Amino acid sequence: MTAPTATKIRVLIAKPGLDGHDRGAKVVARALRDGGCEVIYTGIRQTPEMIAEAALQEDVDVVGLSILSGAHLELFPRVVAELKKRGVDDVLLFCGGIIPDEDTKPLEDLGFSAIFRPGTNTQDIVKFVYAHVTK
Amino acid sequence: MDDLVKRFLNGERRALARIISRVENGTPEGRDYLRTLFPHSGRTHIIGVTGGAGSGKSTLTGALAGEYRKRGKTVGIVAVDPSSPFTHGAILGDRIRMQEHALDPGVYVRSMAGRGALGGLAPTIDDVVSIMDAFGFDYVVIETVGAGQDEVEIAGTALTTILVNNPGTGDDIQALKAGIIEIADILVVNKADHPGADVLVSQLQALLSLAPKGSRRPPILKTTAIKNEGMEALADAIDAHRVELETTGKLEEHRAEDARHQVLSITRSILLERIRAATSESDLAALVQRVAARELDPHSAADELAAAVAAQS
Repeated sequence: MTAPTATKIRVLIAKPGLDGHDRGAKVVARALRDGGCEVIYTGIRQTPEMIAEAALQEDVDVVGLSILSGAHLELFPRVVAELKKRGVDDVLLFCGGIIPDEDTKPLEDLGFSAIFRPGTNTQDIVKFVYAHVTK
Repeated sequence: MDDLVKRFLNGERRALARIISRVENGTPEGRDYLRTLFPHSGRTHIIGVTGGAGSGKSTLTGALAGEYRKRGKTVGIVAVDPSSPFTHGAILGDRIRMQEHALDPGVYVRSMAGRGALGGLAPTIDDVVSIMDAFGFDYVVIETVGAGQDEVEIAGTALTTILVNNPGTGDDIQALKAGIIEIADILVVNKADHPGADVLVSQLQALLSLAPKGSRRPPILKTTAIKNEGMEALADAIDAHRVELETTGKLEEHRAEDARHQVLSITRSILLERIRAATSESDLAALVQRVAARELDPHSAADELAAAVAAQS
């Protein structure tokens, strides 16, 4: 455990699109909180622009997207494009939710370093974040 | 000049965000940025919004920002949420209440974790506010962690402190107590559409009427922030308070006091840092063990620690 004032990993957990099922996002946010991260949670129904703008303003190290609507191949590229447009090109990206196996490759190509599907142990997500972000 | 500073002075929000991170973390780099940008600060009106958890501080802050945007003003918001005392992690959720400004280039929202600081603020809040001030926002609003009775530190940092109250949260004896209520420059009764709002207003009025003659009576305003009600009057009251500070000379007084507080509090942490550096972890553990075992009182133990540094210098 680090000192209370030490530099913390900042994570944005966001839900793009129109599905309102935020339990997964909240569970992940809570697990990262308990893992010692500072987690910015922006709630449901975020547009790609809102997510990118929040990532910029909060200067986060990690962006985690949660989606259960099936629109990930529609929305995630737009989130990535909005991030790039704002010069936010150095964040660690991960995602989770209902994402078919055949979509793994396109999401990896887009820059997502991990996809966490239902049944994931939340500790694996915490470990993933700490393994990829050095502060 | 540093490229980030150049971009900051050009009004680039990404540069602002990056510099805030360095300053928040108190890195040597952050110190350099603060030193460079501090001379640009001191122009913004700094507003503090405090009150209990769930009193509507975030919603009120968002609604107030909306009013300022109508008036063509820009707003920077620092919203503080608590850190876990155990894991030191935090959930920062104040942005959720400010979504209507998510894409407005005239509003910048930054969430900060309390990182164990007392008073509903964060350890480096003064430095972060100075950076936001230097960026040139017309107003900077600091939203504290949910505060109870005694979190008065915000009044040192903010020029205008707003205390958010709600109907149905206590009788008039609560309002009579010392502490946070004394630091309010403006009293807000938020959720005024709930029953009991008028009763609370009259209780607060009755309380203020007990104040000694000649002392300042903060205005009491009713708001329903979630419906954007009462924001015009609130923004007007803040501006009136600013004018009052300027015409009575209190603005300079407040700034001098705040500067003194900042310098002394930084000095205190430097000295503590030196004491920690001069004492080995095992010596410290042995010393506190004697206190825990009641062989030594805590004051004498602290004297011993402090003497170790004095001997070095």
